[in-house]
This record gives sequence, structure tokens and C-alpha cells, in this order.
Amino acid sequence: MKTLVLVEHDNATLKDATLPVVTAAAKLGEVHLLVAGKGCAAVAEQATKIAGVGKVHLADDAALEHQLPENIAPLIVDLMGHHDAFLAPATTTGKNIAPRVAALLDVMQLSDIISVDGPDTFTRPIYAGNAIAQVKTSDTKLVITVRGTAFEKAASEGGSASVEAVSGASDAGSARFVSAEVAASERPELTSAKIIVSGGRGVGSGENYKALIEPLADKLGAAVGASRAAVDAGFVPNDYQVGQTGKIVAPEVYVAVGISGAIQHLAGMKDSKTIIAINKDEDAPIFQVADIGLVGDLFQIVPELTSKL
Amino acid sequence: MKILVPVKRVLDYNLKPRVKADGSGVDLANVKLSMNPFDEIAVEEAIRLKEKGVATEIVAVSIGEAKSQETLRTALAMGADRAILVTHDGVAEPLAVAKLLKAIVDEEQPGLVILGKQAIDDDSNQTGQMLAALLGWAQGTFASKVEVEGETVNVTREVDGGLETVALKLPAIVTTDLRLNEPRYASLPNIMKAKSKPLAQKTPADYGVDMTPRIETLNVSEPPKRQAGIKVGSVDELVDKLKALGVA
Repeated sequence: MKTLVLVEHDNATLKDATLPVVTAAAKLGEVHLLVAGKGCAAVAEQATKIAGVGKVHLADDAALEHQLPENIAPLIVDLMGHHDAFLAPATTTGKNIAPRVAALLDVMQLSDIISVDGPDTFTRPIYAGNAIAQVKTSDTKLVITVRGTAFEKAASEGGSASVEAVSGASDAGSARFVSAEVAASERPELTSAKIIVSGGRGVGSGENYKALIEPLADKLGAAVGASRAAVDAGFVPNDYQVGQTGKIVAPEVYVAVGISGAIQHLAGMKDSKTIIAINKDEDAPIFQVADIGLVGDLFQIVPELTSKL
Repeated sequence: MKILVPVKRVLDYNLKPRVKADGSGVDLANVKLSMNPFDEIAVEEAIRLKEKGVATEIVAVSIGEAKSQETLRTALAMGADRAILVTHDGVAEPLAVAKLLKAIVDEEQPGLVILGKQAIDDDSNQTGQMLAALLGWAQGTFASKVEVEGETVNVTREVDGGLETVALKLPAIVTTDLRLNEPRYASLPNIMKAKSKPLAQKTPADYGVDMTPRIETLNVSEPPKRQAGIKVGSVDELVDKLKALGVA
């Protein structure tokens, strides 16, 4: 089987989110990558070095700069003329593009797979991960999004794939990128961090979040996250959200501070290796999944913890 | 402008799903089913656009078993003007649903279709994007802000890195994220009024759409359970544990 993997990037750097998708694709067959963007030759160069990649397709066109699905999907459909499976990371970019490709190919997409069980059989979580479904598709072409935390990252060095230019991209004219507000942060990225400190409703305010959660995270070299309640309350921006509909994370250590543990939040972090919970309510559901729990007032515990680390 | 809002009836989001012992799926007998929360946000957004004078009519659509009528009545009680129920028992995959919605769009000619970004049962996150593809329309997924200006809709999207704004030519597809709005509760008088609002009953055959699933579910199981761990009594103990983990 020939697979085509969508590379996640910002036109300058290849994002780590691509690497587990390469691992998933390799279980199906030969791996080709697609780098679609503008002025993204450097990304293609990085992509050639990923272990196990046979070929890198490079589509460099102004219409592809912002990953608009209206412009990228037709290009992928063309490439699917000689590929059997299209795989994208289950990121907001992948989730935006892949179903558009699937519909144009008349294929039912397999979303958010967590294992490849055969050429047509996959496992995926449903109901916020409260149930796990093994599914078998009858479509001859496959369109798949891959949950990054479920597959090992392919090695980013060691490969020597060739680059092939893809032409034919065009602007569909129906959508235009206007602006992006991307938070710059010195901290590790949430989805690839080894340690995450997350704050919930119990933190109380954005000021408290800055005064308590961020210093603890910095002491641990951790990324910062949040529950939906904390984002809805405006303590932190949306890109901090961990959960069913936010980011799915699986760090070595996840520290949940003032998070009660709604099933939608647990769905996003319960595959973490070690979960530490700090909460004043000893009956909070978070303690049912936590490896280490500390019951008490986070306003006393967190500063003390930060100072003792 | 007419707005079409598809809604899905799913296990109520407050309930914990129970996997059936025979591994055939999640038990939906005798449990509360409600409108998918993201779809409520979609209905609310359509109503707000009508209140602003941007939209003139809101048509709610549901595809599912006959009881999905209740979900449509909820949409009507919130403020939708009329409803279309496409009755279908059994699995309705996003691709088939998108094909049905395309046929309804061809008939109704809405200027905007607002959908929930995903249903909280199968977590597919596909239908809006698929509908956009089948129609050849632009899509603004995971919306946290929607502003119609003339022939354009500006959609601010919640993306992994933060926020992104795109300008889409109308007609277009929008899918809702959590923070687009807070859906209203239907008032009792509006619930009563909704009972007499028009609700058309259709079948997939009326639209010539084949509902045969492409994906077969072989087995549904419980996820591996995490065991509750230990509780420590002090910050010092927690520091020791963190040191033992090699993170401090």
C-alpha cells in the first residue's frame, strides 16, 4: 500500500505532530509525505530526513500558505490518484483538511485512530474515550486522522528521501486568510511536553493562574494547560485546553491543579504516565485516576511546592 | 438569508456511557438522549444572527430515528422557525449525512449552514467539512466568532496555536466550537409554541441517498481502567515523590 502523509508545519519548520503519523502510515505500507505551503522548501528538506520516508512531495504555492482546506484538498485528491491511503495528524489543521479530502474521494474517514490492526482495520476512541471501537472499512482508498499520543514518533533523522515538486495548486477563491493570533511562549509545546501543569476552575482567576500555575510549570520545565472551565472563565486562552475537544496529551507527568476531573477533561489526559492531582475536594473524580493525590488548598500548596522544588 | 442548522440526538453529555456486555456498542436504551452540545451552540448562533437581522429564517434538520423529532422540537423551542426530520434507523455515517444535507441545501438554498464541530458520541468531527466539500463551499471550522458582512462571513477559529480568522465567501459552512456562545434555555411558552411549528418528515430515499455504512464496527470495549493511586499528606511528601519520578 502507498500512503501519503500530510506534513504539519509553519512554512519554516516541520512540526513534531507529523512524526507519529509517519509511524502509523509505515504500518500500512510505503510512506510518502506531502509538504504543502509557501516558501516551504526547508520543511521538505527536513521531511526527507525522517526515517522510513520514501518520497517527499513538495507543493509550494501562494494559495497553500495558510493551509486553507479549500485550496489544499483538491491537490491531495489529485495525489490520491496514485496513493492508497491519506493520513493526517488529528490536529486542528489535519481535522480541517482530511474530511474535505474524504468527501471528494467518496470515502468515509477514520478519525483519530489509536492503532493500526490491519490494512482495513483500526481502533479509535469514541464517547470521549469512554469506549474503544475496533472498526473495519470497506472503502478501497483510506482517509485517516491519527492521534499523535498513540504512536511512537518516527526518528526525525536518518532518512534520505527524494523531493518531487507538485504543481497544479490553485486558489479556489472562496476563502481568504485574514489573521492569526498565535501566542508566543518559551515553554514547551503542550502536545509534546514531558511534563504538564494544568489549572482548572479552582485556580479562580487569570491572575492566580499566572501567579501560581506558571511559576510551578517553569520550575518543572513544564508546559501549561487548562481545563475547559478555566478557558471558558477566561483565565487562559483556548489553546491551553486539554480534553475531548481540546488537546489530547500524554506526558510523563501531568499535574492537575484545582481540576475536578470531568470526563471531558479526563478524555484528554488519562493516558499520561503519572497523574498528580491537587484539589481541596477529596471526592473530586480526578483522584480516581490520579497516581498521587494531595488534598488541600491549592493557594497554600502550590506556592509551597514551587518553593521546595 | 436563510440558515440551515443540522442537529443530532446523542447520549446526554452528563451521562457516562456504558459499553454493552456483548461488545456491540454503547447502551442507549433507557438513558437520557439530548441535543449534541455543539449543535445547541449552532442553533444559538443562528438565532443570534436572526436577532441581529442578518438571518431571516432558521431551518433545523435532523437525521436519525423518529425520536429525533424531540431534538428538533428543542431547536424550534430555542427559536428555529421550522424543521426537517430525515428518519433513518441504524448508523448514519458523516459521509451519508453530508450527502443528505447537500440534497437539502440544494432544495433550501441557505446562505449559511452552521453545524456542531463534532458529535460527542462518535467524536468524528467530519460532517461540516464533508458538506463543504460536496457543495464546493468554503468552511470555517471550530468557530469562536462569526461575523457576517455583506457577501462575506468572517470566522475566527480556535486552532492549536491560538486563534485564526478567515474570510469566507457566502454561501459557506461554519462549525462551532465551545466558546462561540452560551446557548439559551427554551422558555415554557416557547416550548408550547414549538409544538405547532412546521416539521416535515422525510426519508433518505426522498433524497436518493444510500445510507449503507462503509465502516463496520467489529467490537466496542471499555478502555483500560486507571487505578486510583495514593494520597500524600503534605507538600514535602509530594516533593519526594516528584524527585523519585526524576522530575524535580
